[in-house]
Amino acid sequence: MAVAQQPVSLGDDEYEEQGAWQRLAYIGRLLRRDRGGMIGSVLFVLIVLTAMFAPVIAPHDPLKQNLRAAKQPPAWTEEGTWEYPLGTDNLGRDMFSRIIYGTRVSLTVGFFGVLIACMLGLISGLVAGYRGGTIDNVLMSIINLFLAIPYLVIVVVIASILGRSLFIVILIFGITDSPLFARVTRGEVLRIRQSGYVESARSAGASNFRIQFDHILPNLIGPLITLATFEMSAMIFYEAGLGFLGLSVPPSVPSWGNMLAQGRKYLDIYPWIAIYPGIAIAITALSFNLLGDWLRDVLDPRLRRSR
Amino acid sequence: MILQVKDLITRFYSVDGVVYALNGVNFALNAGETLAVVGESGSGKSVTMMSLLGLIPQPPGKIEGGQAFLFENDKPQDLLKLSERQVRRVRGGQIGFIFQDPISSLNPTMTIGKQIAESMIEHLSLSQSDARKRTVDLLKEVGIADADRRFDSYPHEFSGGMRQRVMIAIAVACQPRIVIADEPTTALDVTVQAQIIELIQRLQKQLGIAVIWITHDLAVVASMADRVLVMYGGTVVEDALVEDLFDNPQHPYTIGLLKAIPGATGLGEERLESIEGSPPDLLRELTSCPFAPRCQFVFDQCWAKLPPLISVTKHHRAACFYDVENEIPRKEVEHG
Amino acid sequence: MQRYLISRVIQSIFLLGGVLVVVFFMIRLTGDPASLMVSRNASEEMREAFREKMGFNRPLYVQFSDYLYGVLQGDFGNSLHFKQPAREIILERLPATFQLATIALLGAVIIAVPIGIIGGSNPGSFVDSLGRALGLLGQTIPNFWLALILILVFAVNLRWFPTFGRDSYLSVVLPAIALGLGSMGQLVRLTRSAVLEIRNDDYIRTAKSKGISQLKIGLRHIARNTSLVLISVIGVIYSYLLGGSIYIEIIFSWPGLGSLLEQAIKSRDFPLVMGITITFSFFVIFINLLTDIAYAFIDPRIRYGG
Repeated sequence: MAVAQQPVSLGDDEYEEQGAWQRLAYIGRLLRRDRGGMIGSVLFVLIVLTAMFAPVIAPHDPLKQNLRAAKQPPAWTEEGTWEYPLGTDNLGRDMFSRIIYGTRVSLTVGFFGVLIACMLGLISGLVAGYRGGTIDNVLMSIINLFLAIPYLVIVVVIASILGRSLFIVILIFGITDSPLFARVTRGEVLRIRQSGYVESARSAGASNFRIQFDHILPNLIGPLITLATFEMSAMIFYEAGLGFLGLSVPPSVPSWGNMLAQGRKYLDIYPWIAIYPGIAIAITALSFNLLGDWLRDVLDPRLRRSR
Repeated sequence: MILQVKDLITRFYSVDGVVYALNGVNFALNAGETLAVVGESGSGKSVTMMSLLGLIPQPPGKIEGGQAFLFENDKPQDLLKLSERQVRRVRGGQIGFIFQDPISSLNPTMTIGKQIAESMIEHLSLSQSDARKRTVDLLKEVGIADADRRFDSYPHEFSGGMRQRVMIAIAVACQPRIVIADEPTTALDVTVQAQIIELIQRLQKQLGIAVIWITHDLAVVASMADRVLVMYGGTVVEDALVEDLFDNPQHPYTIGLLKAIPGATGLGEERLESIEGSPPDLLRELTSCPFAPRCQFVFDQCWAKLPPLISVTKHHRAACFYDVENEIPRKEVEHG
Repeated sequence: MQRYLISRVIQSIFLLGGVLVVVFFMIRLTGDPASLMVSRNASEEMREAFREKMGFNRPLYVQFSDYLYGVLQGDFGNSLHFKQPAREIILERLPATFQLATIALLGAVIIAVPIGIIGGSNPGSFVDSLGRALGLLGQTIPNFWLALILILVFAVNLRWFPTFGRDSYLSVVLPAIALGLGSMGQLVRLTRSAVLEIRNDDYIRTAKSKGISQLKIGLRHIARNTSLVLISVIGVIYSYLLGGSIYIEIIFSWPGLGSLLEQAIKSRDFPLVMGITITFSFFVIFINLLTDIAYAFIDPRIRYGG
């Protein structure tokens, strides 16, 4: 429509021509303007710092049991003490410290799970989208197959077969989540291939590999980073859910899911054991979702123009 | 005169700053005439017309000044001051719209008959069956065969040209006095273009409609317009009868525009020229002539203020301080 | 359209075949299904006897064709734990899962779609802010945690609803809320963005230029076209709710397929696990097929096209 002809936003070409620093500065400017993105990124940094410096921040050893101090309520209730800010669990372990250490499990699963899913999806999506033909058909069929089995069901079943370990949980998420990344990659590749500049690169004699590397990968970064952010949040959910069913990391590891599973047993008498890990999950998911929403707006040039 | 627009100012408040889309647009429209509006994209052609009827998205758009009088029995009413309800009566009722892209401009999930009848039911308070009858007649009128059956067709079953015929039917459904056609043939095949132009001209004569024809195709302008507005940088830079414009262009931009078209000036064998420089940056407020940075005749006055439309002859005005023909600064007489 | 429908049906059948393959070989991921299904402290003789009984010592392709043949006749084999046909147990549990998912879906749709449409039509308004908040809430709160909180507040403290089971019509309220909240948030977001997109479509401008009132444009043009977009979304959400009910069913001891799956996993009852997984997949594929068929009937572009 006519209004779109007005330079309402920075044009694509202008954006592409900017240097890395100007682009960063531009993104920074957008971030200051967007409250959601700001909150999301600040929370994200805090969560990552918490995971990195868990031993420094945590007031207690998250594994140390102290049966005399067991089932203490949080500090702001009548019987609570600041010794244990969020109370203790049924074995007298400090809830606050356990939640801080739980950040590590969640972020590890989220980060490496998405990394594997993204690598697998990127490779298969590139091959499928770029080669087309039989390879494309086969890969798309596999993707559709994966999407036909309810995600939760397949994850629960595989986890129950392969057993409880961090490595296996990451692997399961990485593999079962890769079809999503493959689908996005393939769609982008098909879209970009139809646009003029890959065509002109090919007629200028660029090799297939060069075309993929120079033209298609940079255009994939935006959509993939956005998807990765949302999927990290989803994996943190699923990991906690698996833990809740007793199918994730071993019960001795302080993870939010394991804590919830424990808290469920004492829900009516010691509800704080279940409440606080859930809040930690919610805050993490909030951070990733706000960040993802914002990244999607900023990194997708098609959307950016309409803002 | 049935429409008079004075000093229309429209701005868009976007993420990257204020877009000064219209910077004081002035023009008038006479009953039954064909007024062509030409200019490059971003010059404000469409925004002007959509501002008149409140069709620009608000926000980010905002109409910040000016008047737009629609005359009814010589009584003027300012379109920009009407309530939403009153404007609705003008839209479709007094002023019909034909948009550029007939594919996206029709609702894909509604039969074309309903889309035409919708406006008759709204403005003429017709019953469903009466509206259907008149729609079928109208479909025949715009040249759609088997109209009775085609009433129940969906847009995707029509070719581009036929969809544009449907759009035209929608625009004239309630016998408006003005039809605004926003590049109605740009998206069509060349062979279909002529048919559509012909159809609009025929309906115009039949129904006595004044047509505002937005285009960048000067060949179309030459063949069908009575009068031409040239727009640049959100202002009208020249307003002339079509012969005057082609024979005796006054604004340097118009001159450049005509030189860029093969055979348009009638000056015989002449080298085609393009206008150097780039279109104005609409993110800055206009304080001087928008064309000054690209103009070969520029002098100090051009930078001092925005030139108003200055009368050259009775029906010819140009927003330029320089008289290119006589190579002297123009005497500034504000238009009346 | 007929060709489109036939090709979709054939596609679905192939997909189901693929699911059977995946599920069958999934159980053999560890290499020895007997070690999965027999308790860890069983003797090697007991294991060998189990292998013999289940036919695990036959060639894989024989086992698979046997299984395939059984499934085609609706036979998932016998449950190791319940000692009766897995199909019977599954059929017995199926209605509860469908009831929960359906009520959660209806609740989500009834609340989310109007909020999404009204909010999307008036960006920045109160309803829009509410919708965005709900959208964010649905994405941020894990349903298993929400279930615990709901039990704590409304069942334990206020005693308005039962904490578990499926005994009265009140029983379904808390599980349905816990299950549906995430989908409701998602639906609000999708409705809102669909409306925002459709609002900017050219044909809405055409409708405006005809002088149609805002309300009529909203009902006739925007809501109608939005609902077309939503049909496919609702299909996806429904199948997600069916499979996603596992946590909720377990927490509320809801006697459906999800809690059955947990039991089956705990008792290493893999014939039952396979049966449940296939049943879930069957319904996902079936719902997707139904959605596409419904869409084809409603959208004129497909109805009259190829």
